[in-house]
Amino acid sequence: MFKFSRLGARAAFKGLLSKAPPTIRSNKSYYTIFQNDCVKPSSCKLFSTTATEISLGENEETKKISVTFFNADGEQEIKVPVGMSMLEAAHENDIELEGACEGSLACSTCHVIVMDVEQYNKLEDPTDEENDMLDLAFGLTETSRLGCQVIAKPELDGLRLALPAATRNFAVDGYKPKPH
Amino acid sequence: MLKAHEGAEVDIIDRLPTPFGLVRSGVAPDHPETKIVINQFSRVAHNERCSFFGNVSLGSSISLSELRQFYHVVVLAYGAESDRALGIPGEDLNGVHSAREFVWWYNGHPDFSNLAPDLKSTDTAIVLGQGNVALDVARILLKPPTELAITDIASHALAALKESSIRKVYLVGRRGPVQAACTAKELREILAIKDLYVNIKETDLLKTSADEEEMKTNRIRRRVFELLSKASSSSASRPSPGQRELHFTFFQKPEKFLESNDQSGHIGGVNFEKTILKGSASSGNQIAAGTGEYEDLECGLVLKSIGYKSVPVDGLPFDHSKGVVPNIRGRVLSSSRFAQPEGGLYVCGWLKRGPTGIIGTNLYDAEETVASISDDIEKRERISTSTKQGREGLLQLLESRKIQVITFSDWEKIDSEEKRRGSLIRKPREKLTTWKDLLEVATR
Repeated sequence: MFKFSRLGARAAFKGLLSKAPPTIRSNKSYYTIFQNDCVKPSSCKLFSTTATEISLGENEETKKISVTFFNADGEQEIKVPVGMSMLEAAHENDIELEGACEGSLACSTCHVIVMDVEQYNKLEDPTDEENDMLDLAFGLTETSRLGCQVIAKPELDGLRLALPAATRNFAVDGYKPKPH
Repeated sequence: MLKAHEGAEVDIIDRLPTPFGLVRSGVAPDHPETKIVINQFSRVAHNERCSFFGNVSLGSSISLSELRQFYHVVVLAYGAESDRALGIPGEDLNGVHSAREFVWWYNGHPDFSNLAPDLKSTDTAIVLGQGNVALDVARILLKPPTELAITDIASHALAALKESSIRKVYLVGRRGPVQAACTAKELREILAIKDLYVNIKETDLLKTSADEEEMKTNRIRRRVFELLSKASSSSASRPSPGQRELHFTFFQKPEKFLESNDQSGHIGGVNFEKTILKGSASSGNQIAAGTGEYEDLECGLVLKSIGYKSVPVDGLPFDHSKGVVPNIRGRVLSSSRFAQPEGGLYVCGWLKRGPTGIIGTNLYDAEETVASISDDIEKRERISTSTKQGREGLLQLLESRKIQVITFSDWEKIDSEEKRRGSLIRKPREKLTTWKDLLEVATR
């Protein structure tokens, strides 16, 4: 698999898996509907447009949290709207986080390591299904999660996530991931 | 590769007219989420510097040395299209199939649409092996066909499964539950089949200290063992009449296949030798050793799921004992005594590592091989710098040999047609399963 053509990846992603109303980008719009996803038809209106982003639906929750991704090349801080998954946020900001199954809990390619234990503990426990996929993740640690299952909420402001490739090269802030 | 090198042109050659390999032909029909990765693959194929050429077979359409003349870099990524053999008597009896063939049959692979496994003359199937492929075939045999009818399962397989008389499946492993090769998701799934009687002997679940050692650092093994224990303790003492049955049988090694008394030349059962584990976790894996106690298990169908094996190709160094192409980080090593890396020749995936791991494992594998290629390009080592004909040379040669090359847009015609046919019968797609149909639609 190749880590490029993010454009397509974002378009295909389409905010289906976040709980916030989708933000439609102007280009390709495959709207693939997967069986159990959370966007209710009534709250999701599709527009095709050649203009820039449009936020759909009214919501008072445009509150955003700060999330910093650490990868082999360094770090990148982004703003993530509450309700969006880390995977989608990464894609929207050109951060190289794979999402082969596009958030359907059928792979482990969006594996991220939560760098602070207190932040890890604020997350809801992983379901059996997520744990089944984490079993297979490369470089699994005690604070590993799947990026598609970590949803932004106000308590996570300042979240720091390491991509597994990063931890192959250096220990961030003295943090050494232990093999599980 | 495309990402690492702005000027690189990459051509993908496949023996089949359809791309995606095992994602199309190996992933089970009731696992559509696992196939979503096809979207990412398609985006790669649509890149203007990338081309897909299907119906081109390495060895018969074109030789490896010819490819190496046309391209600066050749990466062999053709996986493992054959099986490990047990090498025991009776292996060629009718009704004994490799799981790989069975999977290709229900997934509509054009080489196996005529497999015609006999599912009507018996109520019992034995699956040898307890990995995810073994679980897949067991699940397909035990799942109510109505549930399969809305998947992309090949129609000839659905028809056969609707008439199948198989009600009992044994998943047999040489070692114990701690060593079972399946993973939690697949195990959870098969245990959740509605109205299925699951049998796991409690005595098989007794752990030795070596077992505890093995599980201590292995999260997958721990969770699988927990699932097996729970299933064992929560199941009824016997099946109710008419109930489908799944038996996990441990510590049994197949000794020979037994011919049926009713159907000459057909499988009637398997003779097993009971095993005991030897060795400790620290010295490597515990292995199964025979005890001299034998028992027979009757059946009318055997599916061997003991591992895939790669096939060697002319001009490509091959390690027959390991079943892989000898390599260092993806650089193919020559067969000479001094094993030098060959120029411009690389390997990736199962052909490089052996046939284990999931789709995602190949991601890291590919990164490693591409890093080796990039390194060699940068250092001007092992890769020719002269101009090569590439795509143009390839296509000219294939045309002169009258090979019908199938492009990615040709595949998309197959794709649309399959989806169209599927939409008429509530399936995500109705696969074209013969070479004739595939090529006819692709070349419309």
